Amino acid sequence: MSAHTDTPVHGADHGAHDDGHGDGAPHATFKGYMTGFVLSVILTAIPFWVVMGNVFDKSSTTAMVVLGFAVVQIVVHMIYFLHMDAKAEHGWSMLALIFTIVVVVITLSGSLWVMYHMNHNMMPGMMHDMHKVP
Amino acid sequence: MSDVTALSTPGAISANPSARYYVSGEHHPENGTLLGFWLYLMSDCLVFACLFAVYGVLGRSFAAGPSGADLFDLRLIALNTSLLLLSSITYGFAMLEMQRNKVRATLIWLVVTGLLGAGFIGIELYEFAHLIHEGAGPQRSAFLSSFFALVATHGLHVTFGIIWLIVLMAQVTKHGFIAANRRRLMCLSMFWHFLDVVWIGVFTFVYLMGVLP
Repeated sequence: MSAHTDTPVHGADHGAHDDGHGDGAPHATFKGYMTGFVLSVILTAIPFWVVMGNVFDKSSTTAMVVLGFAVVQIVVHMIYFLHMDAKAEHGWSMLALIFTIVVVVITLSGSLWVMYHMNHNMMPGMMHDMHKVP
Repeated sequence: MSDVTALSTPGAISANPSARYYVSGEHHPENGTLLGFWLYLMSDCLVFACLFAVYGVLGRSFAAGPSGADLFDLRLIALNTSLLLLSSITYGFAMLEMQRNKVRATLIWLVVTGLLGAGFIGIELYEFAHLIHEGAGPQRSAFLSSFFALVATHGLHVTFGIIWLIVLMAQVTKHGFIAANRRRLMCLSMFWHFLDVVWIGVFTFVYLMGVLP
């Protein structure tokens, strides 16, 4: 970091000699890694405690809480460890990430939805029930 | 590269700052590797998404066999999770030392990372051996097939990450921090942190939700 007046012009650059890690390089700092690490430890410990300590009576509540913490922790990892932001690689990283998230959500929710209904409609007991109910 | 150093002499900078700004944008294609590697990771993410979807569909098909609540030892998984999380931060420390151009410190942190990763793999193999020994191998039920497919794919990724790590330690020892080695270390950094992200999904979706009644 030089103190010349011309440095702010290209603030993304560390110094004159760093040809090895230019603008594509993440700006890793000790503080950033430690923040991410502490947050991750907390976000990992809570779901384990929730499940192992049987904190909630209903499993569905526990599942939702645990999933919520996982989503938050993934975001923390993306920001502090993988150094994602909207400006990385001129936004192309973020674009690829958003596209992937869309495909992943469609794959997961679509599979679960379709297969759940298929299982539901092919229950062996179902024909039996239909005779009884009316 | 040599163009940049030739142009960024002190005289050139103070004379025309905007010219230097132009140059630092000009050598951008060199870093195309990082974007390409990110795209690879995203495609890998799709592989894992398919495996997660399979587990999500089949994860409760026990075929009258053991369920997750019978099989999973959450204390072991908590230990495994902390090993992988610690290896993420130690890799981060290695990257910080690389930014300071300290070869020795970087190598020490890389060794620590590799050992933590090896510990993770060791515990996972112990868990698998234990399950198979109990008769809960991948052929027992659809739940166990999808479980082994998903968790072992992640484990294989970590294994190859460790092999890559060892190769890079040899490279850094031999050639030091040349531009290619910096780029490789940054790619492995993304790979390693990405595996930790996938593991968040695994321990949440497979283990924690698997033991719920």
